[in-house]
Amino acid sequence: MMLAMLSEAWMAMWANRLRTILTMLGMVIGVAAVILMLAVGQGAQQQVQESIASMGSNLFIILSGSTTSGGLRMGGGAAPTLTLGDAQGIEELPLVTAVAPSAPGTAQLVYGPNNWSTQVIGTTPSYLAVRDWRLASGMPFTDSDIRSATRVALLGQTVAQSLFGDEDPVDKTIRIKNSPYLVLGVLAGKGQSLDGRDQDDTVLVPVTTAQRKLFGSQFAGTVRFIMTQAESAEAMPQVEKSITELLRQRHRIREGADNDFSVRNLTAMANTAADTTKVMSLMLGAIASISLLVGGIGIMNIMLVSVTERTREIGIRMAIGARGKDILLQFLLEAIIISVIGCLIGVLLGVGGAYAVSGATGMMVVVTISSIITAFVVAAGVGIFFGWYPARKASILRPIDALRFQ
Amino acid sequence: MTEAVIKIEQLCKEYITDAGTVPVLHDVSFNVMPGEFVAIMGPSGSGKSTFMNILGCLDVASSGSYYLNGRDVGQQSRDELAQLRNHVIGFVFQGFNLLPRANLEENVALPLIYRGISRSERLQQACVMLEKVGLGKYHHSRPNQISGGQQQRVAIARALVNQPKLLLADEPTGNLDTHTSQEIMELFNELNKRDGITIVLITHEHDIAAYAHRLVRLADGRVVYDGPVENDPYLHSSYLQAGSAT
Repeated sequence: MMLAMLSEAWMAMWANRLRTILTMLGMVIGVAAVILMLAVGQGAQQQVQESIASMGSNLFIILSGSTTSGGLRMGGGAAPTLTLGDAQGIEELPLVTAVAPSAPGTAQLVYGPNNWSTQVIGTTPSYLAVRDWRLASGMPFTDSDIRSATRVALLGQTVAQSLFGDEDPVDKTIRIKNSPYLVLGVLAGKGQSLDGRDQDDTVLVPVTTAQRKLFGSQFAGTVRFIMTQAESAEAMPQVEKSITELLRQRHRIREGADNDFSVRNLTAMANTAADTTKVMSLMLGAIASISLLVGGIGIMNIMLVSVTERTREIGIRMAIGARGKDILLQFLLEAIIISVIGCLIGVLLGVGGAYAVSGATGMMVVVTISSIITAFVVAAGVGIFFGWYPARKASILRPIDALRFQ
Repeated sequence: MTEAVIKIEQLCKEYITDAGTVPVLHDVSFNVMPGEFVAIMGPSGSGKSTFMNILGCLDVASSGSYYLNGRDVGQQSRDELAQLRNHVIGFVFQGFNLLPRANLEENVALPLIYRGISRSERLQQACVMLEKVGLGKYHHSRPNQISGGQQQRVAIARALVNQPKLLLADEPTGNLDTHTSQEIMELFNELNKRDGITIVLITHEHDIAAYAHRLVRLADGRVVYDGPVENDPYLHSSYLQAGSAT
């Protein structure tokens, strides 16, 4: 019975090929748009998540405080209040997994005929752990390099490219501010940070080397910031509290006085960015759903025309014994076939389109099975929902009225 | 005594229009026994088409009773009426009413779909029926590729495919020339004689009605004659001339 109805529906659709295809097109575009938009949205979301992961997870950045000199307030990090001792103290706190005191500066690098100005960060080996950064080649510097303030460096990908081109930088000697440094290793590529900076355009040297030999701070032993990694996201509030307590104590800040440092939760920032992209992808999906709805209304429109046009046929079928539900089923099946086939083509087009977009623009797209299934279920639902009314209209016609219809 | 195929008592039908109630059939009582071949005649406006539609369960009477094959038609639901049309009645229309985009085989097999019969069996039965009406060679033609007489044969095959007890024909020869009309009537005659199918047909041509055994004349919604065709008192009256204008 079902099979017979299917072939009847198919016959009617085949007889009106062009119209069927045009109706289907509405569905195709709707489904393709939904899948494409979801893919782009989810791609953006994943990209943000990867950026967050590249920054390192569960991170605090502790900046030294601002100073006021002669009524002029300097920005955060200007006052040299944080020391390596502070970093060691933080490292001993519970729930803290890694601490990396950092003293950044800018310096000119030279290798052979090439030179490059970049950010040089004086830090400790745990910086790599905190930032979740791996080496592409070579070895990291060690605690003994920190103790003896040796002239060694790790190069970021961009720096390595600029100075060495295709040459292997490991074990070569470069000059930073005219002093020779041995390149111990090259960092793995990290790409852009959330705010678009090239994270690979950097050089790491031991913090003591930076303090004593490279930048020569007038306040010996201070660092600009300390990166701290907590054990887990749940531990972060407690870690933040204990860091603040420890530093107030170490800096001998009286009750009620302002901190001379600030503790920033980097993960919170990252989460905001992630939430923003999530909202964006939801919005894209919502807009695409509207086209799906329009496609559905297109189906309803055509089915209504089709019912009117085929009233006489309905009459004939009723005269030879079709029940109301047979007629209902026939027209409903037509609507469902149109929307399901339209959906299949739409899925193919949407997935193809997503990869085409990613190929053409380099945008990250993620096509998930769940988005395809959702589109499919919605499309079939639209077919049933919008096919129901015209089909019902056909099924409740009185046979005599249907037969007399011209 | 065998049960009547059609048993109608005091049937009335009126249409409700903007201008008020228009009566079409008054107090019609009418029985048809199995194996009868009845022709219904009457001038246009006499209510014969309405009568036919009621007989075919396509329309319902305003009052009175109609028993078809022992079942009270007035008490049937829409689905039950559909089932009656499918199982008991075969309907042949003046305008053939074939589905233009289906081939002859599929057209004939159409009523079997609503009985849940498998496709191969449907088409096989359709072939047998096409064979029976003399169109064995045309299975895969479309209705618009054959002549009017052939189309009416297909319609008859479709009406017969469910093995109905009763064949109703509403001016089956109205769109056909004299020669083809005679061929169609021969076919009806054969079906009635050989297969014992009860036939009720509407016509306004006396030589068509002459194929039947019994004639019912309607005028202004009433039965004015019911008896053997040979004794038709209106054969040469002006009534007939008016009827041919339909």
